[in-house]
Amino acid sequence: MTLSPWARWGLRAFMFLGLVFIYVPLLLVLVNSFNGDRTFAWPPHDFTTRWWSAAWNNSGARDALWTSIKAGLGATAIALILGTMVSFAVQRFKFFGRDTLSLLIILPIALPGIVTGIALDSAWRSVIEPLGLGKGLFSVIVGHATFCVVVVYNNVLARLRRTGTSLEDASADLGASPGQTFRYVTFPLIRSALLAGGLLAFALSFDEIIVTTFTAGPGITTLPIWIFNNLFRPNQAPVVNVVAAILIVLSVIPVWFAQRLAGPETTGSRT
Amino acid sequence: MTVTTKGGGRQAASFLHRHPKLRLAGLLSAPVLWLVVAYLGALAVLLISAFWSVNTFTGDLVKVFTVENFRTLFTEQVYRNVALRSVGVAAAVTAICVVLAVPMAFFMAKVASPKYRHWLVIAILTPLWASYLVKAYAWRVLLANGGPVDWLLGGPGNGPGYGLFAVILVLSYLWLPYMILPIYAGLERLPDSMLEASADLGARAGRTFRAIVLPILVPSIFAGSIFTFSLSLGDFITVQIVGGKTQLIGNVVYANIGAANNLPFAAALATVPVAIMVVYLIAVRRSGALEEL
Repeated sequence: MTLSPWARWGLRAFMFLGLVFIYVPLLLVLVNSFNGDRTFAWPPHDFTTRWWSAAWNNSGARDALWTSIKAGLGATAIALILGTMVSFAVQRFKFFGRDTLSLLIILPIALPGIVTGIALDSAWRSVIEPLGLGKGLFSVIVGHATFCVVVVYNNVLARLRRTGTSLEDASADLGASPGQTFRYVTFPLIRSALLAGGLLAFALSFDEIIVTTFTAGPGITTLPIWIFNNLFRPNQAPVVNVVAAILIVLSVIPVWFAQRLAGPETTGSRT
Repeated sequence: MTVTTKGGGRQAASFLHRHPKLRLAGLLSAPVLWLVVAYLGALAVLLISAFWSVNTFTGDLVKVFTVENFRTLFTEQVYRNVALRSVGVAAAVTAICVVLAVPMAFFMAKVASPKYRHWLVIAILTPLWASYLVKAYAWRVLLANGGPVDWLLGGPGNGPGYGLFAVILVLSYLWLPYMILPIYAGLERLPDSMLEASADLGARAGRTFRAIVLPILVPSIFAGSIFTFSLSLGDFITVQIVGGKTQLIGNVVYANIGAANNLPFAAALATVPVAIMVVYLIAVRRSGALEEL
């Protein structure tokens, strides 16, 4: 399709405005974290770093961060195991109900989070709590893992589709045991897909608030819940703003990481 | 094929190798137990509890079949309005995201140079990793009375403030990357040579768009819309942050679980987005949208 120069410039301008729309709110949070005024009067009159030190010394935020990290690691581990298992089953076997299963996996992410949240909450209260295991960090991990499986599954499935089975067949023909084939052939093939999927799963879990609201036991405060609880308290606003700013800055790390992962692959083997 | 006897683990492995059914069963056991038994089970219990009621004096669940919840849902004006408003918001958000995402994705995939394109993808991906709550919070600050938007528009009270408009705006902002990325991925797979061939054969830009770009766009847009639609339908956090007094399904469900302690009615309300999403998923599956996720 040959676009006229006008159309090209139009699209370029649109892209630029779109990026402005995406980034201005994030920049504003960064700027506001130095805003000396407690109520963020705009435009800011004086700049200060005292909110940053206040946030650093806020034990509530630090505990919440730690809880979020633990929940994210737990959910990611479960999602990696389950997601890899399903993707192998779906890609390497034909069986009754395969299409249904592949639809079912995306259900936790396709259904509104509040539905997953109240379903897990009521199931936990009626089935697991009578067994003596109340809601706590573990129920948060279970809730998060349920919707994290799909991202690992998607990544590994795409990789398995692309690589096929010929390398594994060759390995078996050359006398490797199934275990050796998995260790030396299959696992290295899917390793970066696992990393990418795991990274995404961790990020999803780290950011989740809706399902967490329903599955967290008393006293379990993840970082999003901490932010939400403090959002409507005017005297906490500057600290919330600094935490928000830190999260924006930190969000660059996984992107950098993902780029490193995708790097050799996207430059090498694309046809 | 050599049969080795070295070690039990190896024996078990080669036994499994010869019995693919067992391997399949092994692979499926834990995930199916989790997703089918635990998750679907939980959803089923939720669905069933929509037909229960709550004793108004004791607050206990009454596990006797009744369609009272659904009758209330369909006959009371309030709930009908909330449901319609929620679907309207989800549809508006999806439409806004499509309108913004298609030109941006097209620019990224077909106009920008490959090096530039790489950076644009990063630029779209990065905000996805920034917290949902942080982004909603950013808009709360932006739209505050006397905040930057008011200031830009000339003074306190001049901006849109908190309310339904703010909810649609912020939800569109939040889910925009989820729409851009599948469309970009779809367009990127479309070879440039096809566009050139179409032009060589005399098609104008509009014709090429309809005949070649659109068939690629449609499944990608459906894929993106699964996210934008579903995420908007169930949202109650953004609504609380920038919605003012606005009520969507999510808020009413939340209120019925918490303050009102009426799980059956909350469940009945929750079946509305579930039904909408299931119908939607089945409908878009035919277009191949689920492969694009």
